[in-house]
Amino acid sequence: MSKKPAQSPALNDDIGEATRLELYRSQVNIREAEQRAYDLFLQNLVKGTSHLSLGQEAVAAGFAVAMKKGDLSFCTYRGHAHTLARGVPVEKVLGELMQRDNGLMRGKGGSMHLTSEEHGVMGSYAIIGAHLPIACGAAWRAQYKKQDDVSVCFFGDGTTNIGAFHEALNFAAVWKLPVIFVCENNLYMEYTPIADVTAVPSPAGDRASAYGLEKIVIDGNDADVVYRAAIKAYDKARAGGGPSLIECLTYRHSGHSRADPAKYRPEGELEKWKERDPIKIYRERLKAFGIGDDVVAKIDADVKRVVDEATEACKASPNPPMDILTTDVYADGGFAWRN
Amino acid sequence: MAELTYRDAVIRGIAQEMARDEDVVFLGEDVAKAGGVFKATVGLYEQFGPLRVRDTPISEQAILGAAMGAAMTGLKPIAEIMFSDFFAVCFDYIANEFPKSRYMTNGQTKCPLVVRTGNGAGSRFGAQHSQSVENWCMMIPGLKVVAPSSPIDVIGLLAASVRDPDPVIFLEHKSLYATKGEVPDGEILDKLGTAKILRPGKDATIVALALMVPRALAAAEKLAKEEGIDCEVIDVRSLVPLDTQTILGSVAKTHRCFSVEENPRLCGWGAEIMSIIADEAFYDLDGPLVRITTPHCPLPAADILEDAILPTVDRIAERIKRTLNS
Ligand SMILES: Cc1ncc(C[n+]2csc(CCOP(=O)(O)OP(=O)(O)O)c2C)c(N)n1
Ligand SMILES: [Mg+2]
Repeated sequence: MSKKPAQSPALNDDIGEATRLELYRSQVNIREAEQRAYDLFLQNLVKGTSHLSLGQEAVAAGFAVAMKKGDLSFCTYRGHAHTLARGVPVEKVLGELMQRDNGLMRGKGGSMHLTSEEHGVMGSYAIIGAHLPIACGAAWRAQYKKQDDVSVCFFGDGTTNIGAFHEALNFAAVWKLPVIFVCENNLYMEYTPIADVTAVPSPAGDRASAYGLEKIVIDGNDADVVYRAAIKAYDKARAGGGPSLIECLTYRHSGHSRADPAKYRPEGELEKWKERDPIKIYRERLKAFGIGDDVVAKIDADVKRVVDEATEACKASPNPPMDILTTDVYADGGFAWRN
Repeated sequence: MAELTYRDAVIRGIAQEMARDEDVVFLGEDVAKAGGVFKATVGLYEQFGPLRVRDTPISEQAILGAAMGAAMTGLKPIAEIMFSDFFAVCFDYIANEFPKSRYMTNGQTKCPLVVRTGNGAGSRFGAQHSQSVENWCMMIPGLKVVAPSSPIDVIGLLAASVRDPDPVIFLEHKSLYATKGEVPDGEILDKLGTAKILRPGKDATIVALALMVPRALAAAEKLAKEEGIDCEVIDVRSLVPLDTQTILGSVAKTHRCFSVEENPRLCGWGAEIMSIIADEAFYDLDGPLVRITTPHCPLPAADILEDAILPTVDRIAERIKRTLNS
């Protein structure tokens, strides 16, 4: 947390006022939309599963705000945050969670597969580790075609123990690919503490040296810290310096998925982390930089209004129509496998 | 016109497509500088350079995942998995990622890639380097599955696979690499989803794939010579899309059908074809639909055992003769 005195106007530092407000808006937008998703779940309006990033917003906001247009995000099932952070409308995300026709994929993918290629969200993957090699492939294309976009791949601490993680890290390092691997270490896989099942204390950081990479472990609850780490890694990737592996220390406030009351957490752990709530930290940061309460309140109100409107639009949206049931299995638009 | 091995046809097919389209890139284990463990990619590295023909670590998931990411974002990768048995270590991409991304994203994600692999028995490599895994792939909505039996088909179907907008599993038969066939000069482009009648006949239809095609043809010759039985032999070539019209048309004429499958018996592609015939051409039939397959058993290594477990020319001919005479 910033220890700067409240009157410090040092807003023209490397991040600057406009970017800081963007980082704040992004985090609040994610928080508000996900909190809404949870409320709608309690009303039985969000169906299937859903995995919230409440408490992890700074990672999504920091990396997304630091991206350039054309950079690509690869997410997991815990991907609402990253999808929203790239500018995908809340209505599209909530619509998919509510399995309505206005959803991002019209209900064909569900909450675990949010994808919006026009926003650079190249998919949300629900098989642990699958998307790390896929991100390598997108980065390979950029390298081969001499395009300067970076592929950014988000995953959890638990993912560092699956083979695809290690295959992708080695592959990216050997081919010097412009890809960033971002481990959101929220201390748990589904229900098991990561420390119980991992040979090293830092699940990602302590693996970096095996692939000739720098160990980078950062405070994932401070959007400024995340933003700066992201900029550095993107610059390196764009300059042909190859991949980075960044471990962000964070914590999810809710359970693993909607069905999980998270009873396995030791008493006091959640409260301790809530003191380091990324949005709380960032409000204090803005205040410390002299940004007025009215500016912050306006962002909060704007975000809430958009989420309210999105909620109503989703409630009003029809279910997906039956005529999309078997479309887009093959590139010809259909599912024919025989003549 | 030139005589070419099936192996050299693979090289020519890949080279034809890489020369045509700069977005075609090729990756796999030992494929570049070494020219492939089956020597089916020799010279490509020299011709197309290290940016387009790339050696990978022994990381099957990374190979297929990278191919997918490249395909999603504009390249047309050809990925090699050395032995098709290794699909088991990267099956997530084959079963979950390539084929489902387009559907799940409501048509946003494209995946135009080819996975080439050495499939099938006959090399005395034992149970984990000899399998016919086409059925592992055929059952997955979203994939296309191709298995050529001759050099000219290798080139034409490989070209069609590279140009196809969907993910294609391209199964090369290891025991066919050294076989030869006439191949015309110039570009060769075939069509997926087309079966070929290789031998016309009137008494029975035999459907076969890959290594079983030459065996079915030899069995048909034997039956014609020794028994006066005239079989029509169809090379299925493409399991998905499946050319059912050619097969149903043949059965309407011969009123009998046999499949010759290298795969172990359960859930083989022949069962699918037979069920289509039973559904749609039942009243054309004069007798039972019969599948000639490898038994429900892993493959042995010893030559004498491996030879005995696969459908042989004699076993195919014997089974057809017995069925027609009963
Ligand atoms: C290959 C595979 N194994 C297991 C699962 C079931 N699963 C879903 S999420 C999860 C925990 C992943 O933990 P982590 O990588 O830390 O991500 P987090 O959920 O904490 O964001 C597991 C085990 C899966 N989806 N895929
Ligand atoms: Mg975790």
